[in-house]
Amino acid sequence: MSFPLEKARDPSKLRRIAIEPVSRVEGHGKVTILLDEHDRVHQVRLHIDEFRGFERFIQGRPYWEIPVMVQRLCGICPVSHHLAASKALDLVVGARKLSATAEKVRRLMHYGQILQSHALHFYHLSSPDLLLGFDSDVAKRNVVGVLAAYPELALQGVMLRKFGQEVIRITAGKRVHGTGSIPGGVNKSVTAEERDELLRALPDVTTWAQAGVRLIAELHAKNRELYETFGTVRSNLLSLVGRDGKLDLYDGVLRARDADGRILFDGLEAEEYESVVREDVRSWSYMKFPYLAALGAEEGWYKVGPLARVQNCDSIGTPLAEAARQELLASSPGKFIHAPLAFHWARMVELLHAAEVIERLLADPDLLGRELVVTGARTGVGVGIIEAPRGTLIHHYEVDAQDLVTMCNLIVSTTHNNQAMHEAIREVARKHLDGRAPTEGLLNHIEVAIRAFDPCLSCATHALGKMPLAVDVVAATGERVARIVRDAEHAP
Amino acid sequence: MSDDARKTFALDGQEVPFEPGQTILQAALAAGHYVPHLCFHPEFRPHGSCRVCTVKVNGRTTASCTTPARDDDVVESHTEELAELRRSLIQFLFTEGNHFCPSCEQSGNCTLQAVGYELGVTTGHYNPLFPNRPLDASHPDVLLDFNRCILCELCVHASAEVDKKHVFALSGRGITKHLVVNAESGRLCDTPLAVYDKAMSVCPVGVIQRKGRGFAVPIGTRTYDRAPISGIAVARREEV
Repeated sequence: MSFPLEKARDPSKLRRIAIEPVSRVEGHGKVTILLDEHDRVHQVRLHIDEFRGFERFIQGRPYWEIPVMVQRLCGICPVSHHLAASKALDLVVGARKLSATAEKVRRLMHYGQILQSHALHFYHLSSPDLLLGFDSDVAKRNVVGVLAAYPELALQGVMLRKFGQEVIRITAGKRVHGTGSIPGGVNKSVTAEERDELLRALPDVTTWAQAGVRLIAELHAKNRELYETFGTVRSNLLSLVGRDGKLDLYDGVLRARDADGRILFDGLEAEEYESVVREDVRSWSYMKFPYLAALGAEEGWYKVGPLARVQNCDSIGTPLAEAARQELLASSPGKFIHAPLAFHWARMVELLHAAEVIERLLADPDLLGRELVVTGARTGVGVGIIEAPRGTLIHHYEVDAQDLVTMCNLIVSTTHNNQAMHEAIREVARKHLDGRAPTEGLLNHIEVAIRAFDPCLSCATHALGKMPLAVDVVAATGERVARIVRDAEHAP
Repeated sequence: MSDDARKTFALDGQEVPFEPGQTILQAALAAGHYVPHLCFHPEFRPHGSCRVCTVKVNGRTTASCTTPARDDDVVESHTEELAELRRSLIQFLFTEGNHFCPSCEQSGNCTLQAVGYELGVTTGHYNPLFPNRPLDASHPDVLLDFNRCILCELCVHASAEVDKKHVFALSGRGITKHLVVNAESGRLCDTPLAVYDKAMSVCPVGVIQRKGRGFAVPIGTRTYDRAPISGIAVARREEV
């Protein structure tokens, strides 16, 4: 099985362009494009060229270390891994229901994480493309350029992220890689002083979040054609939804819809994920290609993340975000939205939702409670699923009778979106690159489509416009015929 | 000087009184002066194994935990030369074992980590050996993570002298020296170790752990989060 533009018929006669690394995403990845002598596109692939190995070296470690160890996967969304691992190991220590305090402290931590990560992605990583233009001056197409052109907006982005980081610090102990969540609960609750500190900052946060939603809605309205068609590929959608069908990013049941919004399955518990999700492998990629088992690899690939979530749920349980969601849905009456650029809009709806959830949680006296940990009958298996900022995150562990982990399976958000990202960049390549001489601006179109999914390849680069990029055009004979270089000092 | 006169030695130019039988380290700590140290424990006979407490006495290097204090000796401790030696010793320990502080339950309560911070150790410097040391999780209540062992022998002494159980011992020589468990099977579950034993509470690093208790104490509230080890060691001088 092979998707269109996945495998060129005769690569030896084609020249290869590499976008390496892909910039303004978390981590290191590259895109390779094979072109013929008329610049027609024959093959497009996204490669994640790092290998982390966490699933292996967690084996043999005691289970209580795992939520702290596994979060080192990432510096942007460690809270998601910290909590997904904790949720899985709750089941191992027999804590099927946490104390109200532990549940709410964890939720607060998670929504703080959603808020900071979404702010980071929209304001720092993606707004340069959206505000300054996909092929604007590359020297200014970065957060510093945004700061110069839209100082107030850029500052709001920074302050939003700072607030989310403070929520994490208060609940997890540190802004990055904290230890607050442990199997069976949390190791600290929130003090009245800490709560009040957050409450004081909250009104501004909500105002800025609303401004963010307005901004992305206006950008859509100004250029509907681009925002609705750029890299658009129809696919199934997968996410957790709350047991009441509402958006819930911390806990719930799995629900999937097809591209037209028809429910494929609903109400699946975390432990049942293996019955609906399979992972395909391709010889040319370190990243697996998950798909819905019932539909097969060809038809069963899907999107996760903000755009999947806001459409998959029945509604959002906070008023401002629900109104914003309705506005987003109204932009495509009667049709499910599959445009990658709509991810940004959905992301900002979720950012606003996070601010509202944090406000509710801060008003809840349970947050200050003292019952931190519960335990029950020990088991040997745990599956924890959480909606990380980038999408559905699955942690699955087996623990032996001596308390050591014997098996670990992690399916991270970016992996779920693997095929969808590929299809999006292939669509962009067809529409924008095919038959045209590649320029830096045109190649950035590919990156814009990738960025929309907010892939977490590991940690951010290029925020200050210094990301090295060298694109070699190599003839079939192996001779380099052209080279496009940015930041020559660091280019390979 | 008459016999009943107070006996003192000079530590970095400051007069330090001592009682007969006290070592330089004991007298220094009792007088409120911190000398970096690692394997010394006030409840056990000093054995000078780690050498981190090395000082110069009248120009000659010696372990201050085993050297008796003598009247009118001139002792140097806070010199750049000794600090560099101590940093190297700490770096050797970090690189000989597998010390991953970010996910270690003992982080913040770990003496090795705290002394490292105290001495300004910022990297392992030497090539890590990455030894392969499987855990012993056979005991129902206790986990042994040999990756973190610094061969201080405190558990050996505590188990032998206080618990009277002789659960732990060191085996091998030189770079192959390692902590072993005194059971024919070599497994902790076949020893009489119990969670209330003294040997459970003396490990300065994270080798001997109670099972199931991970990260129950939040970051920022652990022993060496609150104050550097120099301050804490001096504050606890009455124990000495």
